[in-house]
Amino acid sequence: MVSSRKGKSQGEGEIAVRMDAISKRFGEIVANDGINLTVYRGEVHALVGENGAGKTTLMNILYGLVKPDAGTITVDDMRLPVERGFLGTDYGLGMIHQHFMLVKRFTVLENIILGFEPSRGGFLDLRAAVRKVEDIMQRYGIEVPLDRRVEELSVGEEQRVEILKALYRNSRIIIMDEPTAVLTPQEIKKLFETIRMLVDSSHTIIFITHKLEEVMEIADRVTVLRRGRVVRTRRIDEVDPEELAIMMVGKKIEAPRRSKHAVSMESLLSLHDVSLRSSRDIVLLSSIDFEVRKGEIFGICGVEGNGQDELFDVAIGLQKPSSGRILFRGKDITHLSTAKRRALGIAYIPPDRVTMGIVAGMSVKENMLLGRQREPGLSGTFFLKEDAITNLTQRLLKTFGINPPLPDAEIGTLSGGNQQKVIVARELSREPSLLIASQPARGLDIMATRLIHDSLVKHAEAGGGVLLISADLSEIVELSDRIGVMYKGRILSILERKEADEEKLGLLMLGFAQ
Amino acid sequence: MNDVTTVISISLLLATVRKAVPLIFASTGGFFSERSGVINIGLEGMMLFGAFSGAIVAFFTHNAWLGVLGAAFIGGLIGSLHAFVTIGLRANQIISGVAINLLGTGATIFLCQVFIHGERSFSLGQGDRLPSLGPFIPLTYIAFILAIGAAIFSYYTVGGLRLRAVGEHPRAADTQGIKVNRIRFMGVVASGICAGLGGAYLPMFSGSFAKNMTAGQGFIALAALIFGKWNPIGALGASLLFGFADALQETLQGRAHLPAQALQVVPYVVTMVALAGVIGRSIPPGAIGKHYEREQPEI
Amino acid sequence: MMPTQKLLERLLAPALALAFAMVIATVIVALLGEDPFHIASVMLSGSLGSLRSLANTLEEATPLILTGLCVAIGMQSGLFNIGGEGQLVVGAFIAAWLGVKVPVSNAGLHVALCLVAAGIGGAIWAGIAGILRAKLGAHEVINTIMLNYVAFISTNYLVNLPYFKKPGQIPQTFDVAPSAEIPRLTFVYNYTRLNAGLFVAIGAALLIWIVLSKTSFGFEIRCVGHNPVASRVGAISVVRSMILAMSIGGFLAGVAGAERVLGVHKHFVSPFPFGYGFGGIAVALLARNNPFGVVVTAIFFGALASGGAQVDMVTSIPRELVTVIQAIIILFIACEYLFSRYRPRMRVLKDE
Repeated sequence: MVSSRKGKSQGEGEIAVRMDAISKRFGEIVANDGINLTVYRGEVHALVGENGAGKTTLMNILYGLVKPDAGTITVDDMRLPVERGFLGTDYGLGMIHQHFMLVKRFTVLENIILGFEPSRGGFLDLRAAVRKVEDIMQRYGIEVPLDRRVEELSVGEEQRVEILKALYRNSRIIIMDEPTAVLTPQEIKKLFETIRMLVDSSHTIIFITHKLEEVMEIADRVTVLRRGRVVRTRRIDEVDPEELAIMMVGKKIEAPRRSKHAVSMESLLSLHDVSLRSSRDIVLLSSIDFEVRKGEIFGICGVEGNGQDELFDVAIGLQKPSSGRILFRGKDITHLSTAKRRALGIAYIPPDRVTMGIVAGMSVKENMLLGRQREPGLSGTFFLKEDAITNLTQRLLKTFGINPPLPDAEIGTLSGGNQQKVIVARELSREPSLLIASQPARGLDIMATRLIHDSLVKHAEAGGGVLLISADLSEIVELSDRIGVMYKGRILSILERKEADEEKLGLLMLGFAQ
Repeated sequence: MNDVTTVISISLLLATVRKAVPLIFASTGGFFSERSGVINIGLEGMMLFGAFSGAIVAFFTHNAWLGVLGAAFIGGLIGSLHAFVTIGLRANQIISGVAINLLGTGATIFLCQVFIHGERSFSLGQGDRLPSLGPFIPLTYIAFILAIGAAIFSYYTVGGLRLRAVGEHPRAADTQGIKVNRIRFMGVVASGICAGLGGAYLPMFSGSFAKNMTAGQGFIALAALIFGKWNPIGALGASLLFGFADALQETLQGRAHLPAQALQVVPYVVTMVALAGVIGRSIPPGAIGKHYEREQPEI
Repeated sequence: MMPTQKLLERLLAPALALAFAMVIATVIVALLGEDPFHIASVMLSGSLGSLRSLANTLEEATPLILTGLCVAIGMQSGLFNIGGEGQLVVGAFIAAWLGVKVPVSNAGLHVALCLVAAGIGGAIWAGIAGILRAKLGAHEVINTIMLNYVAFISTNYLVNLPYFKKPGQIPQTFDVAPSAEIPRLTFVYNYTRLNAGLFVAIGAALLIWIVLSKTSFGFEIRCVGHNPVASRVGAISVVRSMILAMSIGGFLAGVAGAERVLGVHKHFVSPFPFGYGFGGIAVALLARNNPFGVVVTAIFFGALASGGAQVDMVTSIPRELVTVIQAIIILFIACEYLFSRYRPRMRVLKDE
């Protein structure tokens, strides 16, 4: 029965899942905007898109964890009671969340049976449970030690527990949310074998990812989401990875806006053979080597989750590299704290505005001060210089067109774009020599994006350096002088802007080095 | 050495058990609440309510068992107040606990003066108290049965598995169709009932109710729960250990060079050490103190 | 300054809490067959009706201001310091020790020495919990509770030592030297126990307000309280801010203990009069951690206490009604917190 399934989708016959006109908003954020999705029985259906595209929300809706504002769902010809609320397990749906839903202190067996415990008079019938689970393990060739605690397992084993959980509940449709994000290549291979086995026994798999090589390898059909909408659904044999990449990040790749200007050869920031390992010894960054020069915007592109966030942390001093050196203007800053790096003239825009960039609950003025509260111009030995801070804030509110222009407004009342402008204004007004900007325009509207891009360009043209980390390919191409492509914690290649086109970058982002 | 042999006697062991009983009740109560994910620093207040209501019911009905039932009922009622406020209204669990302790000190003395005409303490007649059954009053045996029962419940039943699951990882439980907040509510109510029984033991044993008679035993029970690593058998052991320390310091008073306070301080210090992880780290339930609601967007 | 509307919004919840508590108190009083209006008027005259009762009110308010500030500054850094009680006792003992044993003839100097030493004692006591939290992640609530009892028990041991103990049945120290007494404000009322500690407490409130709103250090504390992750990204030492916020709070609670000893009781006694530490929690919650709000609410609770004592004396209503009211206020505020500040925000905390 085992066959190569590539390109052999089980016909477009029976429909397993049908979602119609699904919409969901969280406050101001529209997560899903009229999404239609059809999944056929026995196929691997990939759901791709950038972070924030709405993939996870859509799947949480399908599984019943999030109630949509509008739309209908049919599973195996049965209309789900969306308004009343339901749980996927009751309709043959299983979901493997990106962050595993496992109780760490429980044993594997306890985790598998939780919620569906075989019992006798209220007492757990563990023997019956073991029999049933061992039967499943044998049938699908999945091996996990049942009496071990989950906290002692490897990530790959944890994932197998999740798959067993779904099978134990007789799920016919299994949703996997970025299942490969935390796996080693060997574990990924094993996972794909399991997926093929499941599909052969007429299970349906919905596979969320943003790694396109995986889509090409495992999926029968693919649906691309962008900003809460479906871009397209295509059969995998009708599509190539570059095309998918463009669908994912948006077609608009404009001609570079920057005029030619001299980039000096003087190095501002340089990383030498920088590596970072996690506490579980997973390689996050591996032999990173590049430099950002004066007057230059150095772009780092790549599909998200390939080490960009870790690179940011290491560059600003939130994490110390496991090996390698970081120099700033020739001075070794590898072991300097974030505060000391700031004092030397490094500014930064963190990738996650809400958790890392602003302090919700405090005023715009106070947020303008964050990270600058010990700067001589704004604070004496003890006392903050109120007038200086207010003047600065008012000036920046005006220059950056921040709305409302009220220094005492609570920052949480501002729109995302205006919050981001506060961060950019705060960082650039320090007149740093180097700006490290991570995802500076994520989730912003066109006007705010333009303003932030202009600020970056202006900064570079004035002789500063910018390290721009972004998953938005058009942003990178538009702004950068040189581009480094990140893949699995490494810089695969560094290209001059003139030799970089979207096709070449797209291939590199997928790990195809020429 | 002579000192030691004379003090370790049958009477010391009996005293140890008697001192431990209220701690066993209350720490078992703490187990039900905290393992479901709800911090309960209101144990002290719940015990005080139990002590008062047990005594007052027995005083008026001349039936000690009705007093015990009354204590369990009022304890459960205060437990459901904590549950309603922290789960239903999603209030801060610590603040609610502080309020319940304050309510305990205030309301019991207030009501005592209302019922017993301006008195802040009262005595129970011989007929209003539980009769001895062997060396102990029946509540003592009930405490041990309760703690062991809680352990069996926790590790061998469906309910116990679910209780621990909602305290460790409520979302994981929710994705499997377990009603997180309903289980938590029951856990907190059970906690109040147990603490109420622990409180009732005090007047039943001593024969009187007095203002603030729990004197911090709710907090020692909390310490026992933590030192016992949040499981009923551990808490039982810790309660006995703390009870022993207490009984020993009373026996030793005036007899040894070791100051009584050195033994009194034991429960608190060992709890801090355990919590800091210096030896045998005590790790709290994963989701303790956190509210659970299903719809949280993941961005 | 703050727009009026926002100020009103912030006052709404405490006002509702008060109103709710008052309604319940009224019902209780009526159920017991007393006339609520009569009780209220006794309450009022017992707390504000004469210079004597006013002095009582302020005397009760003095330690509450300090312990309220203790809780408030902890909360500003995101930590819940419920160890004010123990920190106060440590301070009280140290003040009595130095007040009795250290021969300083200069009165001002002697008092200052006792206050500062008591403060440092309280700061260390709270700092232990702060360090355990910031460095090891051990919950400050549990540790401050445990430290409370360690403080009660160890001071009980110390006061029983022959070196400290005044001969007699009660475990108490000798009275402090006259040079260590905080002068009483007899110009308000002749036999009052109200003392100059009131000014120390109000001064402390002013100082804490200045630190929190005017200094870079206070700014860092508030940032940590609101969002520790962004604070770390913003180059703030979260560990240092937490430890200092706890220690400053402990210092104030220690000073409160010294005020009780040097200004009111003249000696340390074990067990030490109880309740100001926990009262401080109610004060800080109702004041929403604002230093000036703390002064106002402390005086309010002081008035409840002295009015309650009057009610206890002249009517059938026990004074513990006041404690019940306090508890109801805290419960109500606890719920209110949810609707405003602690509303779950969309946030994904990154793994370290």
